[in-house]
Amino acid sequence: MDYIPHTPYERREMLAAAGLATENDLFRSIPAALRNPEIPFPAPMTEMEIADEMEDLARRNEGRRMASFLGGGAYRHFIPQALKSLLSRGDFVTAYTPYQAEASQGTLQSIYEFQTLMCRLTGMEAANASMYDGASALAEAALMACRLTRKEKIAVSAAANPHYCRVLNTYLVAAGIEVVEIPHDGGATCAESLKRMVDASCAGVFLQNPNYFGVVEPMDSLSAAAKEAGALLGVAVYPISLGLLKPPGAYNADIVLGDLQPLGMPLSFGGPYAGFIACKGEYIRQLPGRLAGRTTDADGKTGYVLTLQTREQHIRRAKATSNICTNQALCALAAAMYLFTMGARGLQQAAERSVRNARALQERLCGVKGVRLAFQKPFFNEFVLELPIPIEHFLAKAKEEQVAPGIRLAPGLAGEKEALLVCATELTRKADMERYAEILTKVME
Amino acid sequence: MTPQDLKYTESHEWVRVEGGAAAVGITHYAQEQLTDIVFVELPEIGRKVDVGDECAVIESCKVAAELYAPIAGEIVAVNTELNDHPEIINKDPFGAGWIVKIQMLDPAELDELMDATAYESHLENS
Repeated sequence: MDYIPHTPYERREMLAAAGLATENDLFRSIPAALRNPEIPFPAPMTEMEIADEMEDLARRNEGRRMASFLGGGAYRHFIPQALKSLLSRGDFVTAYTPYQAEASQGTLQSIYEFQTLMCRLTGMEAANASMYDGASALAEAALMACRLTRKEKIAVSAAANPHYCRVLNTYLVAAGIEVVEIPHDGGATCAESLKRMVDASCAGVFLQNPNYFGVVEPMDSLSAAAKEAGALLGVAVYPISLGLLKPPGAYNADIVLGDLQPLGMPLSFGGPYAGFIACKGEYIRQLPGRLAGRTTDADGKTGYVLTLQTREQHIRRAKATSNICTNQALCALAAAMYLFTMGARGLQQAAERSVRNARALQERLCGVKGVRLAFQKPFFNEFVLELPIPIEHFLAKAKEEQVAPGIRLAPGLAGEKEALLVCATELTRKADMERYAEILTKVME
Repeated sequence: MTPQDLKYTESHEWVRVEGGAAAVGITHYAQEQLTDIVFVELPEIGRKVDVGDECAVIESCKVAAELYAPIAGEIVAVNTELNDHPEIINKDPFGAGWIVKIQMLDPAELDELMDATAYESHLENS
C-alpha cells in the first residue's frame, strides 16, 4: 500500500467542501465531555533528533536492569535467536487472518502445524487456531462447556489466576451464567469443597495447573471428583510445565486452555500474547474461533482449509459459537516455532531448570530468619512467601537495589498474612538469587 | 417434485402425519439452497417444542440453518442415520432424509400449514 499523506492544501480543500473550518469540527456531533483531550504533540524533529529522543526514553526503562522474579501468568523464558529473525520476515508479519483461505496456504499450514503441536503438548485431540490470551481462552472455554451441557453454571478454583477469573466473570455475567468459586485449602483446590459444591447443574469445573500459587494440583483426584459430579473438566495450563507434568489428556480433561506467552514471546509490557484451547474430538463443533484443517483437492493434492466455518460468526451470525473475530496468528506461529526449535527435550530442560532454580531460590529465601513458605505443597516454578514485615517496605527496598522480588498477593488470596508470589525460570541467575536473599536478610534485621 | 401427501411451512419444512406423530424434514428446494449438507445437530429425545422453536441445526458447506418445529409437541424420534450420513437430506429430502418426529399436542395445528399447491405458489413468489 502506498503511503501518501494529504498536503495542507488538500486538507483545506476537503474541509471547505464539507463546510468546516478545522479537523476538530468533524467531531462536533460528539458531546464535548466524550471527546479525547487535545494531545500536545511536540514539534516535528529530524530523524537524528528522534533517535536521540528514543535513546533517552529507553534509558529511563528500569526493567532492563532489574533482576525480575515476577511470574503470575507472564514469564521470562529463553527465546531462541532463530525465532526473532524468522518471525520478522515480511511474509509472516504482514499476513492477517486468512479471509481468502484457499489463497493463504502457507498461513493455513502454519496454523495447522500449531494446532497439531498444541494437541501433542496437551494430550488432546483438537485445538483451535488460537485465542486472544489465556484469560479470554478461559472465558471462552467456560462458555463452550455451557453450550456442550446446556447448563448455566461454572465452578472455578479460587487458586486460579485472579486476572483470568475477572475476565471469566465479565464474560459470564453478561451471558447470565452463574459462577461459583471452589475454595483452596492450603494452596491447592479443596477436593471436599469441590464434591460439595459441584452437582448435576454444573456445566464444568475449571482448574489451573500449576495453580496461581505455583502449586501442582492433585489433578487425578480433582478430575475424578469433577467427573463424578457430572461436570466437564477444564484446565488452564502453563505450557512450559507440560515439559515435565502429565498432559491434561492423561487425566481425562475435556477442555484445556492457556496462554502461549511463555512459548517464545517476550514479555513486552503485557502483549501481544495469544491463548489457545484444545479439547476432546467429540466437542469440536463447540470449539470457538478458527480451525485449520488438512484435506485433498480434486487432483488429490494436499491442501489446507479453514474448516467448520459454519460455527463462526461470518456465517452463523448471532448463533456463532463465539464472537472472536480473528486469531493471534503471528503469536501462535511464534509458539509453534518455539516448540519446533526447542523440541521435546529442550522443552523438558526449560521446565526442569525452571523447577530447579525455583527450588534453590525457595530454600535460600526460607533460610532467612522469619521467612516462611506459605503452602507446604509441591510447586512448579513459583511459590508464595510469607514475610513477618510489611511487604510494601520490602518492595521499596528491593526496588532501590534493582530487584523485582515478586508479586504482592491481594489480602486474603493466599491467607491472612502478607504474601509474595515469587517466580524463577531457566533464565534466573544464581548471582541474582543471592542478591535477593541478601536484600531480604538486610530488611529483616 | 412436491409430494401431495405432505404439509409445508413458509420456512421450507415438510410434515408427514404418522398416527399421532409428525415426521419433519426440509424440502427439495431447501436442500438445494443449502448445497452439500455436512452436519446435522439433532435434538435430544423428549425435548418439548412449540411451533416455531428451533429443533435442529443443519450445516452445509455454505451456511448453518435452523429447522423450526412446524407443530407443538415432544420430540419422540431423531434420524440418527444423519450423524454419519447428513448427505441423505440432499439425496432424499422427503424420504430417508427426515430429521425429527414430534408427538403432536394438537393435530388441529396442521390446518395452519400449507398443502402442496399452496407451497408451490409460495416458492414461485419467493
